[in-house]
Amino acid sequence: MSFEPKNPVVKWVDSRLPIIGMLHHALNDYPTPKNLSYWWTFGSLAGVMLVVQIVTGIVLSMHYTAHVDMAFDSVEHIMRDVNYGWLMRYMHANGASMFFVVVYLHIFRGLYYGSYKAPRELLWWLGLVIFLLMMATAFMGYVLPWGQMSFWGATVITNLFGAIPIVGESIVTWLWGGFSVDNPTLNRFFSLHYLLPFVIVGVVILHIWALHTVGSNNPTGIEIKDKQDSIPFHPYYTVKDLFGLGVFLIIFCAFLFYAPNYLGHPDNYIPANPLVTPAHIVPEWYFLPFYAILRAVPDKLGGVMLMFGAIAVLFALPWLDKSRVRSARYRPIYKQLFWIFLLDCIVLTYVGGKPAEEPFILIGRIATVYYFVHILILLPLVGLYEKHKPLPSSISEAVLDEKPSAKEAGNA
Amino acid sequence: MTTTTPVEEDGVKRRDFLYIATGGIGAVGTAMAIWPFVDQMNPSADVLALSSTEVDLGAIEVGSEITAVWQGKPVFIRHRTADEIKAANSVDLETLPDPQADTDRAVKPEWLIMVGVCTHLGCVPLKESGDFNGWFCPCHGSHYDTSGRIRKGPAPLNLAVPPYSFIDDKTVKIG
Amino acid sequence: MLKLIKSLSAAVLLSVVTLSGAQASGGGVDLKSVNWQHTGLFGTYDRAAAQRGLQVYQEVCAGCHGLNQVAFRTLQDLGFTEDEVKAIAKEYEFEGGPNDDGDMFDRAGKPFDKFPNPFANEKAARASNGGAFPPDLSLIVKARVGFEDYLYSLMTGYADTPEGFELTEGMSYNAYFPGHQIAMPAPISEEGVEYSDGTKATVDQMAKDVTVFLAWAAEPKLEQRKHMGLRVILFLLVMTGLFFAVKKKIWSDLH
Repeated sequence: MSFEPKNPVVKWVDSRLPIIGMLHHALNDYPTPKNLSYWWTFGSLAGVMLVVQIVTGIVLSMHYTAHVDMAFDSVEHIMRDVNYGWLMRYMHANGASMFFVVVYLHIFRGLYYGSYKAPRELLWWLGLVIFLLMMATAFMGYVLPWGQMSFWGATVITNLFGAIPIVGESIVTWLWGGFSVDNPTLNRFFSLHYLLPFVIVGVVILHIWALHTVGSNNPTGIEIKDKQDSIPFHPYYTVKDLFGLGVFLIIFCAFLFYAPNYLGHPDNYIPANPLVTPAHIVPEWYFLPFYAILRAVPDKLGGVMLMFGAIAVLFALPWLDKSRVRSARYRPIYKQLFWIFLLDCIVLTYVGGKPAEEPFILIGRIATVYYFVHILILLPLVGLYEKHKPLPSSISEAVLDEKPSAKEAGNA
Repeated sequence: MTTTTPVEEDGVKRRDFLYIATGGIGAVGTAMAIWPFVDQMNPSADVLALSSTEVDLGAIEVGSEITAVWQGKPVFIRHRTADEIKAANSVDLETLPDPQADTDRAVKPEWLIMVGVCTHLGCVPLKESGDFNGWFCPCHGSHYDTSGRIRKGPAPLNLAVPPYSFIDDKTVKIG
Repeated sequence: MLKLIKSLSAAVLLSVVTLSGAQASGGGVDLKSVNWQHTGLFGTYDRAAAQRGLQVYQEVCAGCHGLNQVAFRTLQDLGFTEDEVKAIAKEYEFEGGPNDDGDMFDRAGKPFDKFPNPFANEKAARASNGGAFPPDLSLIVKARVGFEDYLYSLMTGYADTPEGFELTEGMSYNAYFPGHQIAMPAPISEEGVEYSDGTKATVDQMAKDVTVFLAWAAEPKLEQRKHMGLRVILFLLVMTGLFFAVKKKIWSDLH
């Protein structure tokens, strides 16, 4: 907190609006556990992707036309005529996937190391809110090119709200602004797709604020006890994150430049046709696990509720997990359960992309049941009965244990 | 500690070089990455392809003019009278803010073709008005003569002449 | 146990990642696989093939299929000169106007025009094609599972109806079309066009040529994309290496 600027201009500003000091504290001398692994890079990568999406999105909206008769052609205009338009559009489309990749890794890192536990419940909640906003934004963005998958994805997902008893139908009509997905729907989706990323920015600021209030978790799950345990964020983690960013960008660029349509679906290069549904509708890959849960229930309302419930239960996680130890590193049983849960989520993703036929229906149902069993039953039970491994007394000690060579050097 | 100073100094130098190289290459990369985001706002390929317009002159009487559209801008095409041509040619070029002979502004003297955008701040001037019986820009009071040259007011330059050629006696291609 | 779960996760993850690759094989039927010149990491479009493909499109496909995203001017990318492009554009007629009397008139195509649709609207297209709608071909290569291979397989996949297969009146049997019944009769026939460069116009040759042309029509920026990608990734490798060195240096005074 000891920010004492020497530059007179900075001093002048900061004594009136302490924003520079705030940024300095957040990015420079924020005391960070010294033992963060590369799994802690994905938060800042998600931040970078949010910026990439907003910048490319603003560019695309300069050339895009939100009208059912022109949307598809305007996207092709971007791809063919706008200077570097193909780059912007592929960056935005693949960027969405990359954003979800890093966010999913970020979430699973939190699950593994117990980052949702007290006092980080609000931090966890804000993260889930960001996740929900991302899903809404990505869904509406996918509708904008007005291809076949855009149109039928929009139809299927908006129809989910029709499952709500009594008012369902009115809500769907209200969402559409008509009696089917049409021009009013496209226009409002464009408007909201432009708005929501800035809402995400707001929640991200709260997320970082909460993080800096409670401090970062770390692989041991033990709080920082004294100065020895922590290092300033800059330069240690700035440069570590930059290296992580470099590796990540190489992967991003491999998709962007050499397989830009790999994660997309060919049907979305067919202009939307309200009279013909494609043979096999699938959402984008990042929605597949939830799509699998939706389809696992042979009842409209039940499926919709379970799908939203799959995210809702995550909000209760800090209270469902009773263990006093955070990190799975010291929780032998939870560690195994974690990997099974991850496997379960991957199975759900796989099933979500398959047609609704046996054996995928059965596998999907088992995986769905297990998803909830893990969170609602196994997690509380394991927390109560599990015997954890001995915890190191401090982060420094854990670091020294990990590096026998360093220890020897210290002894010598 | 003091005994190792020379080695450390060397280390510091190598380290500084590494930092400067990384920072420098990073800055170059960032600058190159920004260019596509800037260039995307320049005219796109389809806009550049639409750069010429053909206009039929047959219906324009002597002493009247029409406004054609070229690249989204108004283009004045005036069938000048003998008096107007005479007035345009009887000016001492030395006295003009932007000296230009009328013969340099019109391929055929009877046809004056120019972009109808005031060179001050982009308004469209009114025809057959102003102190010189040419064009007058109502926005900030620039007066142009019968050759479209600036004579009075804040505009710095004459009305621009677009590239054009006569396909035949009755048709002109602008652009 | 933990190892088993981890390797199992990895295995399933791998199969999920290759899922879209599996989709690309075209739903059960194995497509004919062609080694296209433009699909590799440094691949570029075969200009001669694409130019011949344009001829096939114009003489064979254009009667029923539009190409409405492709502007004549972009044909210069395929190696046509400006004058050749002007000549190609002139072969088509467009509605111009209104003139000073407010009437519309016919005018010759210009380089900035796009290939015109063969039918006024979808209903007219269906009426002329026994109820089927010939899709626009601008994006056809990217819009079908299997991409170039699918298109090539489809065009060379016409065969006699196998015994026991019930073919609806007016349809043709095709080994690669989903359901094997296609409304489009075999589009290309031996020597269907006369290539100006002397290439023998076999069905196989024409199918390949028009596929290359349509692949270009669907993804005209492919070469720029790969070219830029190579430079960007090389740059990132250097940059990341430097970041790694700096990271090691900075962290070395810790512990």
